[in-house]
Amino acid sequence: MSSVITTEDVHLYYGETEALHGINLNFEKNEITALIGPSGCGKSTYLRCLNRMNDLIPNTTVTGSLKLNGQDIYSPNTDVVNLRKRVGMLFQQPNPFPLSVYENVVYGLRLEGVKDKQRLDERVETTLKQAAIWDEVKDSLHKSALAFSGGQQQRICVARVLAVEPDIILMDEPTSALDPISSAKIEDTLAAIRSDYTIIIVTHNMQQASRISDKTAFLLNGNLIEFDNTEKMFMRPDRQETSDYLNGKFG
Amino acid sequence: MRELFSDELKKLHGRFMEMGINISEQIYQATSAFTQYDKKLAQQVIDDDQRTNSEEIFLEKEALKLIALQQPVASDFREIISILKASSDLERIGDHAVNIARETLNTSDQKNDVKIEKQIGKMAGDIRKMLEQVMDAYVNRDERQARKGAEKDLKIDQQYIDIRKAVTNAIESQETTAERGSSYLMIDRLLERIGDHIVNLCEWVVYNQSGKIVELNAGKISPELLQN
Repeated sequence: MSSVITTEDVHLYYGETEALHGINLNFEKNEITALIGPSGCGKSTYLRCLNRMNDLIPNTTVTGSLKLNGQDIYSPNTDVVNLRKRVGMLFQQPNPFPLSVYENVVYGLRLEGVKDKQRLDERVETTLKQAAIWDEVKDSLHKSALAFSGGQQQRICVARVLAVEPDIILMDEPTSALDPISSAKIEDTLAAIRSDYTIIIVTHNMQQASRISDKTAFLLNGNLIEFDNTEKMFMRPDRQETSDYLNGKFG
Repeated sequence: MRELFSDELKKLHGRFMEMGINISEQIYQATSAFTQYDKKLAQQVIDDDQRTNSEEIFLEKEALKLIALQQPVASDFREIISILKASSDLERIGDHAVNIARETLNTSDQKNDVKIEKQIGKMAGDIRKMLEQVMDAYVNRDERQARKGAEKDLKIDQQYIDIRKAVTNAIESQETTAERGSSYLMIDRLLERIGDHIVNLCEWVVYNQSGKIVELNAGKISPELLQN
């Protein structure tokens, strides 16, 4: 297995406050890794380090080594726009642009300067199919994306992320604002695209982590408590804290 | 929707059915080997039991994994639990088939009693039919068929009593040797136990369909139904 992202001794400070106390985690190609832990444990903060989303928050300092395919994510030479193209992101609230479904999906490609209509059309169809939303939107591609339900919007956002063919997709609680049916559709989508992408997903839903992920990392108070194959984590974790959290005894 | 889980559950179901078919075959082979003094076939039944044991372990592991990782509820949950419980009954039936085979290996050619062996052959055949019926009920999710299957155990229990009496008489009148006679008693008992495990399987079909834990063993509920 080859690690796509390697991180070592990652510390993050909001001003004086240390939110991450030295996280070591590697992510393998074509695997789904779930980050779990109670609110405030640092899982979203850590996730946002991976494509430098924390740069947008003033007064944050990140130390340690974070590498994408061996290249330093925090090097001054790193082009952040390019980084975020390779490390796409999906958020808790669906956030389609106030544009048509079609324009949402091709947004990144247009930024890259792709003008070939046929290629754009192809990408739209392929990615909407991958995101398991094609049948629901194929007759209304030029309708505003905002006109669709939350679950549909989220899948349109998945297609938008897939359109630029990232290596990695970060997901920050992508289904917590959705109903169970829409969540299940997103999960099926993840299952369908897992062989082509590396996915890191923050989730509060332990069942979701156990159902869809290959590996699970459990964070608590800014520390990585345990990281292992999901099957092992859920059936015989090494740490008592992990077992207690998974059983809902705290958090 | 949750396609992966549905696939896994189907796979589990398929493996369980396969195990049931193999076990039915083992009961047949074990009793044939006994009545025909076929030590080679008996040895084969014993060797095949390894497969049954590893199949049970496989089903247990898969069922536990599905419970831990997929947290099934309602009918999916009952299906997994019923397979988990029923597979251990199948495994025990396999053990009894092995014990029948062992008895075949241990006896040397003694004076046999054709009439008793015919009765044993019939009992084994009835048990197989009962097992096949419950496996059908399992596939068809047919609670009624499972309950009807369980009722047949009363006949098996009666055959057990009848054979025991016939063996005692045959030993007393020296129509058979005490050694062969004790083998008959042993096998009679093992077949009767297999019948009880099949009743358990019926109970798991009922649980799977209705969520009710029931006792279907008529011989246990009302022993007065049996004529001693």
